[in-house]
Amino acid sequence: MNLRRDVFQAIADPTRRAILLLVASQTMTAGAIAANFDTARPTVSKHLQILTECQLLQQEQSGREIYYHINAKNMKEIADFIEPFRQMWDERFNKLETIMKQYKTK
Amino acid sequence: MEQKTKVQAEARKQDLLITREFDLPVELLFRAHVEPELIAQWMSNPHATAKILKFEAKKHGSYQLESTDAQGNVVFRSNGVIHEFSPNKKIIRTFELENAPFGVQLEVYEFESLTASTSKLKMHVIYESVVLRDQLLALPFAQGINMAHNRMQEILNNLNH
Repeated sequence: MNLRRDVFQAIADPTRRAILLLVASQTMTAGAIAANFDTARPTVSKHLQILTECQLLQQEQSGREIYYHINAKNMKEIADFIEPFRQMWDERFNKLETIMKQYKTK
Repeated sequence: MEQKTKVQAEARKQDLLITREFDLPVELLFRAHVEPELIAQWMSNPHATAKILKFEAKKHGSYQLESTDAQGNVVFRSNGVIHEFSPNKKIIRTFELENAPFGVQLEVYEFESLTASTSKLKMHVIYESVVLRDQLLALPFAQGINMAHNRMQEILNNLNH
């Protein structure tokens, strides 16, 4: 299968999002990633392959191990990645505004 | 509700800029950032309650925040030191998540009065590295999918069927 992988299709899958969650906090080997899932190892490998193909994850060879880390270069292109961060602040600031408006009229 | 908050995060940079205009006089916007009981209110959400353990609103002052889940478990603690404190104008402070591998970030808050009843906040956040910035940006993305680990486990368990 040499399909050109689509980034948004890649993160539409819950297992792949869970993998990104794990790798977002630290660089990990495939084995360490797979240990977090009950899913069969080849299934996890397949997910890693897809995430790597669409360049969300980057592989780095270190000795005999391959480490995976989040591909920083592609962060900009993934609006979905930054959007929750923006939304988090938007919700906080909306709340701040509501609270302070009430405060003002007290 | 209309989304007014903007985040600029350029690729391969270790900082980001958050901007937002408020229908509030700059004095009230500033107070919301320096009075513990107000900070606690707007930082809390249905999943997490923010508690201000310490907040010394002055130059060289320090602060510590705690976030607890619905069961009262501490989700995270954070702390920092205030480097500049200019009422209604500017705050420069550090921010650090305790027991997390994300380093210390520098936060520059600029408060600007637009009209007598509107104001603008510019938050410039500088991280220790590009990678750390991107990891922290990814966090709410992760949280949005599954807030707590047991919730994540639940989802993953369901996937196996």
